[in-house]
Amino acid sequence: MTSLEDKFEESKKLGLQIVRETEDDRLMTLSVGPQHPGSGHFRFTIKVDGDYIVYCDPDPGYVHRGEEKMCEYRNVIQNIPHLERPVIHDSNNITYSYSLAIEELVGIEVPRRGQYIRALASELNRQVYTLYWLAIYGIFLGHSTMFMWPTGDRELFIDLLEALTGARVTHAFNIPGGVRNDIPDGFKDRCVRQVRYFQKRLKEYEDIFYNMPLFRQRTEGVAVLSKEDAVKLGVAGSVVRASGIPYDIRKAEPYDIYNEIDFKVQYMKTGDCFARSYVPFLDMKESCYIIEQLLDKMPQSGEVRAKLQPNPKGPPGEAYRRVESGRGALGYYVVSDGTPKPYRVKISVGSFRNMLALPYLLVGQKLADMPAVYWSLNYWPVEADR
Amino acid sequence: MSTNKDEPEKPAASSPPIPSAAKPPAPAAKPPAPAAAKPASGAQPPKKEPEAPPFEKGLVEEIKKKFGESIKVVFIKPLRIKIQVEPNSIVEVATFLRDSMGFDHAESVGGTDYPKDGQIEVIYHLGSYTREDLGAHILSLTARTSRDDARLPTLINVYKSVEYHERETFEMLGVYFEGHPRNDRFLLPEDWADIPPLRKDFRIKGR
Amino acid sequence: MKKELVSPTNINVMVSKLSDILVKALDAPLGYAINWGRVWSLWPVHLETACCSVEFGAASGPRYDVERFGIIEAFGSLRQCDLIVVQGTVTRKMAPRLRMVYDQMPEPKYVIAMGACAITGGLYIDSYNVLPGVDGIVPVDVYVPGCPPRPETLIQGTMLLQEKIKRSKIK
Repeated sequence: MTSLEDKFEESKKLGLQIVRETEDDRLMTLSVGPQHPGSGHFRFTIKVDGDYIVYCDPDPGYVHRGEEKMCEYRNVIQNIPHLERPVIHDSNNITYSYSLAIEELVGIEVPRRGQYIRALASELNRQVYTLYWLAIYGIFLGHSTMFMWPTGDRELFIDLLEALTGARVTHAFNIPGGVRNDIPDGFKDRCVRQVRYFQKRLKEYEDIFYNMPLFRQRTEGVAVLSKEDAVKLGVAGSVVRASGIPYDIRKAEPYDIYNEIDFKVQYMKTGDCFARSYVPFLDMKESCYIIEQLLDKMPQSGEVRAKLQPNPKGPPGEAYRRVESGRGALGYYVVSDGTPKPYRVKISVGSFRNMLALPYLLVGQKLADMPAVYWSLNYWPVEADR
Repeated sequence: MSTNKDEPEKPAASSPPIPSAAKPPAPAAKPPAPAAAKPASGAQPPKKEPEAPPFEKGLVEEIKKKFGESIKVVFIKPLRIKIQVEPNSIVEVATFLRDSMGFDHAESVGGTDYPKDGQIEVIYHLGSYTREDLGAHILSLTARTSRDDARLPTLINVYKSVEYHERETFEMLGVYFEGHPRNDRFLLPEDWADIPPLRKDFRIKGR
Repeated sequence: MKKELVSPTNINVMVSKLSDILVKALDAPLGYAINWGRVWSLWPVHLETACCSVEFGAASGPRYDVERFGIIEAFGSLRQCDLIVVQGTVTRKMAPRLRMVYDQMPEPKYVIAMGACAITGGLYIDSYNVLPGVDGIVPVDVYVPGCPPRPETLIQGTMLLQEKIKRSKIK
């Protein structure tokens, strides 16, 4: 039994050099992204000790396009097309709160039918977003079927939105004052049929993905975010709802006609990866009911868009309005100085807030759990960078 | 797994302007008016003079009772309150808001540059997850600092959630947060050598 | 005299001339075969630069299914890739990474610029952090316009690239 010290002595005699292992040698730094099948437009540096992640530092900004500065150079209507680009697959929601804020500043009342169509477009778009998120989550975890099925079903919702707005993903449909155009003929029937079909599909999703033992093993009990920490970190949307806080802007601060709609806030109490990936799914289910109600309660005729001046402007002031997007509360803080161009626009997005939870959750997890944890945060890097 | 809490009911019931007999603090709150700092058109004060909703007024009274006149109430609107504090007392006020009022997280931190006043206004939008009657409310806590030497004490020890927001504000507006562990690059490229882009004297080329 | 003939320079010249003759002789039959192989196995790098990646994802989905056209789903190491689809806006922070990825790919490699932002800067032409097109970073083979391009347009762009590869000479 030779001790380590003896070995050093021996090696010296032989002219060899043994290097002692230091703390730094044990840790390996990995740069995940931006070219990585898992990270998307985002990079984070992690340090691993063996299999365990001991450090994580997000490095966003690869798609930072200066939206907030660009807003100051355009008037409120011109701003819409570039404001929806950060989340092109959830474009009705990201322009929704902008429209609400501008309406508050300018003082416009949206016609009731316009409000319903807005909410309808927003809910349809929530399905489109969540299905894309689910597809990527599936392929992250190596479940190819879960990539193919949601991407296929997503196209059906995109067809609906295309019939409604005229564009595949970038709709520019919600504008200050209402929506751009009325719903086309026969849209209601198509919509109802699609929702019925989709509700059946959701059951199948649950069977092949959420009830699959492999998926459950990979996600249950992984990276638990407790209720207190969720509040402290100020995370948003499905992440906070997965930690046992039933907070949904549609319920907490009902905008437009959402106080006339009967729905439940979906939440879970465990706060692990499974809960975070299951809550958006429950939201999709609930969204189906909301769409049906919206179609039923919608006024049969009427204006869809309030009349606006060519260059809408209001008195100096500020507004902060938010909506519940696919990724949580999405707020716009707009300061106006009385000119048609906004003085300052600040976009407060759920993704940016959820990013704070990433280092918190990853530290202490195994490297193999990284994709499951990362994408369960309902994070869309382009939106976080703006 | 789900509940249908009627949390919006309480604020919604209290927000319609019940004609309250209390002394109107809203006109008294008008003069500070950093929001109307621009002299462009202060035309409509008589029109937008609704009674401050009682629930929000109660909240403001509570803060005022604690800190007296050192805080300025900029406006009280339904569901939205904006107060302005001195930079050296912002940590104290934020701690009070968190511990006694229930505003437990920051939704966003932003800033606005006012070159005419020579000031930058940093604004914290505070919300509440734990108090159900505050679910719809946003309290905007603001502080102003000079443009030339923009410094503010950080709120990271009060609200953990402001960490990345403050980093972003630092690089977008050049406001140095004293006590923040990392005032460094976040969204902009590493070789960024210009002035912070959201300052008003940063002009986009060709516009 | 003889020694001069077999000097290294001369041998090099001889070999290169011989190879030229060989290439000319073989280009027609063999080049076609090699290019045919390249055309039907384009492996794209998984580098998302901006929001067009959503439509790229939709293109790999079951409705559009780019795999029919010989483009394999983008999940692999960049060392085995020969196609890079620049999916949208390239910011100043992304540009060095894009070039680094491009440099690491083995020859031959092709670039598709997808979306208005990748072509000219598009909607973000006046932003302070966006490059006016990727031409300055990587040599582009095919431009696919749109904001974002529909998956059909992307498929058309890849078919154009395949045409281009078919007609190009082997190196």
